[in-house]
Amino acid sequence: MSVVAPPRESAAAPPPAPPSPGRRLAARLLHWWRRLTAMRTAIILLFLLALAAVPGSLLPQRSLSKTNVSRYFTDHPVLAPVLDRLYLFDVFSSPWFAAIYLLLFISLIGCVLPRALEHARGLRAAPPLAPRNLLRLPDSGQLTTPLAGGAALDVVEEELRVRRFRVVRREGVAGPELSAEKGYLKETGNLLFHLSLVALLLGLAGGKLWGYEGSILLTEGQGFCNSFQQYDSYKSGPLVSGADLTPLCIDLQDFRATYEQNLTASSFTAKISYGAPGQAGKDATIGVNDPLRVDGDRVYVTGHGFSPTFSVTLPDGTKFTDLSVPFLPSDTKTMSSEGALKLPDLGKGKDKQLALQGLFAPTGLVQNQILTSVDPRPLAPEVAIFAYQGYLGLDSGIPQSVYSLDATQIDRGRLTKVGAANLTPGQSMTLPDGTKIGFTGVKEFAALQFSHDPGEYWVLGSAISLLVGLLGMLLLRRERVFARVAPAAGGGGTVLTVATLTRGSGESGPRFAALSDDLGAALGARASKPEDSPRDS
Amino acid sequence: MTPDPSLAALSNQLFSVSVALYSVAVVAFCAQLAFGRRPVRTPELVAAGNGAAPTAPTAADVLSEPARSRRWGLIAVAVTALGALTHLGVMVTRGLAADRLPWGNMYEFGTAVTLVGVVAFLVFAVRVPAVRHLGLFVMAPVVLAMVGIGLFLYAEAGPLVAALRSSWLAVHVTSAILGFGIFFLSGIVSAMYLVRSRYDAKLAEGQAQPDGVLSRLPSAATLDRVAHRTAVFGFPIWTFAVIAGAIWAESAWGRFWGWDPKETWAFIAWVVYAAYLHARTTAGWRGRAAAWVNVTGLVVMVFNLLYVNMVSTGLHSYAGLK
Repeated sequence: MSVVAPPRESAAAPPPAPPSPGRRLAARLLHWWRRLTAMRTAIILLFLLALAAVPGSLLPQRSLSKTNVSRYFTDHPVLAPVLDRLYLFDVFSSPWFAAIYLLLFISLIGCVLPRALEHARGLRAAPPLAPRNLLRLPDSGQLTTPLAGGAALDVVEEELRVRRFRVVRREGVAGPELSAEKGYLKETGNLLFHLSLVALLLGLAGGKLWGYEGSILLTEGQGFCNSFQQYDSYKSGPLVSGADLTPLCIDLQDFRATYEQNLTASSFTAKISYGAPGQAGKDATIGVNDPLRVDGDRVYVTGHGFSPTFSVTLPDGTKFTDLSVPFLPSDTKTMSSEGALKLPDLGKGKDKQLALQGLFAPTGLVQNQILTSVDPRPLAPEVAIFAYQGYLGLDSGIPQSVYSLDATQIDRGRLTKVGAANLTPGQSMTLPDGTKIGFTGVKEFAALQFSHDPGEYWVLGSAISLLVGLLGMLLLRRERVFARVAPAAGGGGTVLTVATLTRGSGESGPRFAALSDDLGAALGARASKPEDSPRDS
Repeated sequence: MTPDPSLAALSNQLFSVSVALYSVAVVAFCAQLAFGRRPVRTPELVAAGNGAAPTAPTAADVLSEPARSRRWGLIAVAVTALGALTHLGVMVTRGLAADRLPWGNMYEFGTAVTLVGVVAFLVFAVRVPAVRHLGLFVMAPVVLAMVGIGLFLYAEAGPLVAALRSSWLAVHVTSAILGFGIFFLSGIVSAMYLVRSRYDAKLAEGQAQPDGVLSRLPSAATLDRVAHRTAVFGFPIWTFAVIAGAIWAESAWGRFWGWDPKETWAFIAWVVYAAYLHARTTAGWRGRAAAWVNVTGLVVMVFNLLYVNMVSTGLHSYAGLK
């Protein structure tokens, strides 16, 4: 409901009525909008963005390594929860980081869109009117010529058109004049650059929403299919559902790492076969810098290591062979690795479970009964293992690492050490109850990563157009040239005033000097051989 | 591929020769400053009339430089150029010794970056004589940087680790080196702009000697322009380096961007230089404030090289340090 005030009849000017609350709000909003889209604000926001990214590189981030974050929690038990509440372990997905870049992008759009509209209008419009006093411009000068005013401007127009200027002639107050402009692409580049940034952000967001990646360790001979249940770990966007995953299965047939003489790793190659579930796979070789690309999905080798193989013979003669498990490399130089083999299901009941934990050395060297590795290649594989019997706690509901035993079970005495030995392939150890454990050999494992990012090509396209826009914006020059003619004071001849305005790289002075030299020469040439003016004006 | 030890040794000797030559150049640049006199600026004229080409008044300094100072300046530039040649020799012999592009570890990266910085300075020193007066302030940091690189970052010539065996090494690292080298020069010039403009302000208040050594620096306008032009040149190169790095990361690490510490700092540097380019055309930021932004950019670049490679752990662990 609104109330309309009756018209006042008093002759005196009414005091200005206080603006309505709505209008006040609109004015306030407009004020803030102008502030937000001002360049100063953009610069401050750029600084904030740079500053906000700093803790993301100084503190461990969950997106990079959850292990490092939990180590930070144990090292700094008081400080870490406080930092965590401030999202400092998830800087790049934190609300305050998002607030900064969203404000920056709103500011950018608010600044660039009006400019784009203006530029679109400017592209069709004629070059602007010449300023009244040309000699006030930073690059300006005068030339005299015996030619008539119109003929002199013809010469200037010709010279400028050859230089690909857009030229317009007008009859100004102070005499015939000419405005010319070129370099519209500079502003186009500027707009392209800024709009590409927006496109890039949208592509990033799309990839985060609909993308996923899963990783898995595969020992030679094993395989997996692309589903979240099979991965050791995975990340997926909020809009991904399990049904969206590309049906693709991969088998690792062979993995090979090669080394230079000084033991620098020179290549990692995995021979795989891939295809839809249940179909005969195609073969491919993938490696570092060389992923498998199929239908917008990619499969990478992100790491490698060794899976020692064991055999277990129970006292009753039951034999389990080819028990292998990846041991994680703890030193990538020598590939000395640690891991655990858990055998909860030997058919002997919950309290007769068996586990091996220890160290694997591809090229073992035993000194003072301690096994170390001296070479990353499997030249003389050896394991140093402890055997445990008891309850592993796998069904206790508390998640535990696949690569180590649950220390709490050992501490509680539910899992006890029953033997220790250094074994080379073919050797075995016998536990007190008669169980025989043999080290039968070693296979290599590869860490594979399956990635799907639908925004990738969008981001690449945006990045390329961003660079093109940037080059146009920084390297092109926008130039305006103005010229005006007036009869020379002494009578006979014309005074030509020329001025330029330049935006962009380089020094405008020498360019202006070159232009006026050329104009002088052209005017001189025209004056010395009178011919019909190419254009009547 | 085993590295060729004699070529690798030659490379190391050339490194020492370059440092020695640059040190000589530093002395010569000192002499140029010491024998210089106060610059006299020609009044700005607007040429007019009689078909004479109007000479544009530029802010470039016209120095009435005594011959002795000029001669020292020329010697210094010549020695620097000679040093740059042997410096180039360091890279070439190193590359031949290891049979690969010589930017596979921090020692090689740093050596290449300083070479780009020196060459960028030489280009300006030849084209804009006033810039020669900056020689001391460019070459002294170069000498210090190279001594530091030689002492603390040295790594034997050797084969590349598997992850670096990609043609993207040539694209990504080369552009990063070019960008860094150019930003190095730009940052130093902006720092000298800060010194010079402060001197000018003091001079205006009568608190400084009009004939001081600082008066022999290029004018504040020249310094500002050189800093801006180099940053404008370096920014697209750096942008390209980041994009090329992202493309490489996509095929090497499984994602094109993952906020690895190096990526994060490359992003921070990019944002800071973007802020510099904006600041220089924004009222209220022009001049000293913008120059501070550019100096911050250089600090970020150096931090990215040293801290991220030596202290933090990330995927860019190619420093080759023990």
